[in-house]
Amino acid sequence: MGNVIQVQALTRTFGDFTAVNKISFEVRQGEIFGFLGANGAGKTTALKMLTGLLMPSSGTALVAGYDVARYPEEVKRTIGYMSQRFSLYEDLTVRENIRFFGGIYGLSTSQLREKTAQVIEQLGLEQQAGLLVRSLPLGWRQKLAFAVAQIHEPKVVFLDEPTSGVDPLTRRQFWEGIYEASARGITLMVTTHYMEEAEYCHRISIMVDGRIDALDTPAALRQQFKAVDMDEVFRKLARPDQPVGHVD
Amino acid sequence: MRTIRFLIQKEFIQIFRNKTMLPLILVMPIVQTLLLSFAASYEVKNLALSVVDHDKTSTSRRLIERFTASGYFKMQSYARSHREAEAELAAETADLVLEIPLHFERDWVREGNGQLGVTINALNAQKAGISNAYANGIIREFNQELLERAGFGHAAPRSIQVVSSNWYNPRLDYKTFMVPGILGVIVSMVVAFLTAINIVREREQGTIEQMNVTPVTKWQFIAGKLLPFWLLSLVIVGVGLTVGYLAFHIPIEGSLWLVFGYTALYTPCMLGFGFLVSNFADTQQQAIFSAWFFLLIFTLMSGLFTPLDSMPVWAQWLNKINPIHYFVEFMRLVLLKGAHFFEIQRNFWSVVMYAVVVNSLAIWTYKKRV
Amino acid sequence: MNRFFAFISKEFRHILRDRRTLMILFGMPIAQVLLFGFVLTNDLKDAPIAVMDQSGDVESTALTNRLLSSGYFRQTDTVATIDALEGAFRRGNIKLAVVFPPSFGQDLARSGQANVQLIGDASDPNVATTLINYAQAIVLAYQNERLQQGFSAPIRVETRMLYNPELKSVFGFVPGVMTLILMLVAAMMTSITIAREKEMGTMEVLLVSPLRPIQIILGKASPYLALTVFNALIVVLLGIYVFGMPMNGSILLLAFESILYMLVALSLGIFISTKAADQQQAMFISALGLMMPTVLLSGFIFPRESMPLPLQVIGALIPATWYNKIIKGVMIKGVGLESLWLPTGILVLMALVFIGLSVRNFKDRLE
Repeated sequence: MGNVIQVQALTRTFGDFTAVNKISFEVRQGEIFGFLGANGAGKTTALKMLTGLLMPSSGTALVAGYDVARYPEEVKRTIGYMSQRFSLYEDLTVRENIRFFGGIYGLSTSQLREKTAQVIEQLGLEQQAGLLVRSLPLGWRQKLAFAVAQIHEPKVVFLDEPTSGVDPLTRRQFWEGIYEASARGITLMVTTHYMEEAEYCHRISIMVDGRIDALDTPAALRQQFKAVDMDEVFRKLARPDQPVGHVD
Repeated sequence: MRTIRFLIQKEFIQIFRNKTMLPLILVMPIVQTLLLSFAASYEVKNLALSVVDHDKTSTSRRLIERFTASGYFKMQSYARSHREAEAELAAETADLVLEIPLHFERDWVREGNGQLGVTINALNAQKAGISNAYANGIIREFNQELLERAGFGHAAPRSIQVVSSNWYNPRLDYKTFMVPGILGVIVSMVVAFLTAINIVREREQGTIEQMNVTPVTKWQFIAGKLLPFWLLSLVIVGVGLTVGYLAFHIPIEGSLWLVFGYTALYTPCMLGFGFLVSNFADTQQQAIFSAWFFLLIFTLMSGLFTPLDSMPVWAQWLNKINPIHYFVEFMRLVLLKGAHFFEIQRNFWSVVMYAVVVNSLAIWTYKKRV
Repeated sequence: MNRFFAFISKEFRHILRDRRTLMILFGMPIAQVLLFGFVLTNDLKDAPIAVMDQSGDVESTALTNRLLSSGYFRQTDTVATIDALEGAFRRGNIKLAVVFPPSFGQDLARSGQANVQLIGDASDPNVATTLINYAQAIVLAYQNERLQQGFSAPIRVETRMLYNPELKSVFGFVPGVMTLILMLVAAMMTSITIAREKEMGTMEVLLVSPLRPIQIILGKASPYLALTVFNALIVVLLGIYVFGMPMNGSILLLAFESILYMLVALSLGIFISTKAADQQQAMFISALGLMMPTVLLSGFIFPRESMPLPLQVIGALIPATWYNKIIKGVMIKGVGLESLWLPTGILVLMALVFIGLSVRNFKDRLE
């Protein structure tokens, strides 16, 4: 039950601009870690460094034991990724997508067969297995994308705004899937701007202007900022000078 | 390797599932080649002749007959005045005006000389030059006929007879030249466009981002993109040549294997080029425009439509980095002249080097960037 | 009306903001016109030839010199055998071969008649024909000068080349290049617009707006019209000042016709846009589908009269064909609308047809 993600003074600059400013944190195995912050706060940049897409300017980050700067390719083998913008090929069928991603993650033919059947069954997509992903409603696509992200049994799964644009019922079902994965020992790092979702995480961090200004369990943060919900915590952090109006 | 197999498989699924693009990729090049090859001809015939005959003698009529019997000219009109005839030129209902002066026959019989006037619409310089050559040739022969009739034929002055022959294309059939050339050009464009758009599209849609977090390496990704299009190009060229051969009876003198081998090595030039373009484009629109810009230049400078030797020296130098130019040259040399490998070596190695350089550049400028 | 103008200004801003595309939109046509104007020509000079002089006498040498000093030919190979000749042709080193038989000078002296053989590389038939023509003319001139002393001059021909006395092929090509590039750029630009909205999913926004289809279409075309007309102007100026195209006709007429032509090209692009499902397709159709037919069928390089009838018909459907006639008519011949009413009318018709079809397609797509 060690630390699957270890980040130490991670920094990234673009010319004069510092997007990520010496952030440090650790994530335990099986933890659901929420990565919050306003747009432009540096979340995406930090995420890209952790997934091996961007080289850090300084500092270190270890994901599943691998240094992202030195062994980005190994990192990629042990992580899964699901972005809001895209995850699956719309002009491929459900089955073809599963097979494809399984294949490029190195699953053997028999494993592929097994996993494909498994995923389809678990999601209840037997009827739709031969349909183009394009024809699936958004919620199903997200769920499928999440399943595909786990197909190679990664240690960590990064989810970038996974439930954007999805209805509340589907969002709840999605989070059930996240809990399930966590119970299986997978570590999940989720970015979201839905503040209610922050409550679902074990711990969250809030980034402001490239730094982590808050890092704790949701409950502790609410207490610390004397707020009723995460929304208020966030607002107090983001605009500390402004008085916060309460809606009773 | 396995990874590449999956990548190629996915690519093909996507290509064949796109029912609207497929005909554009497979059918359009071939249809265009077939149709357009008929158009590509500088052959000048059916020239519309307008005659102003002030003389109206048997001699003048004989001359006019010579013109119409030559096969190059067809009689458009008998104009009553030079003005009238020129108006026809201006309206482009006539291409050439022949003016026979009054006393033409008389001057010839009495003094042994004569004068004729020829006016040509020279907007199309090439056509005008050739029309002029034809007209002069007819007049010359007519001159000779007159001389012989007058009895000078035997004591003819010293003359040099020109015997001309055309090698490699005795019937001066333009299609022989054009079909492989046009096919090659169109396939080049299709391949370059496809590659460029495909990659930029993936970047626009975000699928590249997804690919970048997987263990798929830069090389595997690139191979997975280029190989399917490469195979596709071979198919198009194969079918195109076969159809061309059947439809036009193109002589395939040189080794067919050489043709395919060359095409297989040449297409990577265009693939790499499309790929290179995609690295500098942010949107599909930019990709297409950039690719089109270069491809049009490559095409028009390739020597397919206008002679290379007429181009200024600096342009001929520029052609060294024009892949289509090499391709056109190759097709002509091998398909029409039956050149063997030894004879096209320089071309061959240039193309190989080009492919290596352009692809290396493309890979170098491709960053696994998000 | 206000909505319409708001729409147009939004489209305008879109375009102006995309720096790179703007650079492309202006830079490319200019670069291409310049390049092609200098590069595309049918005028042959310094064509590589081989001379096989098996006689080597005074006459053959003199004739060879005459050929080589004409400016049309330069000798790159001296071959001694037919085999070597074949090799030179196959390697692509020579375009023409001049062969004198061993008895050339002797034949001339004794019987007054000798043969010289010209062999052309007809894999490029046009070049072969032209080079043989040049060579024949030179031989004839030589014959008349050197050999016909004391003999009465034959029939003299006075030739006038109308509109283009120096036979500059640039007069044919520059208008053609202008026409080609203007049309392709305009059509390509607009073909993407609607297709892109379809791809990005912003079509619905347009469709639910109170704008009518005809307004949307005209609105999409207008900003590009302004830009492409400006383009056309630059291209025409280049033609005049860099390539020496005359401007014998009315500037107003030229402007009017150019605007009309751009409108046709733009509406063709929009029509393509309404039919294509995404940008890729739109691009393929406009950039690839239009390119070769326009280059080959519009009379730009190859004369239309030599083409088989079906192709002439197809060529007549291409806007470039008519604008080509118009430009040459206005700039070189200096004629006015009375001679150009037919091509002008056809362009007007085309614009209406393309716009009409686009509007109709647009409505269908609502479902």
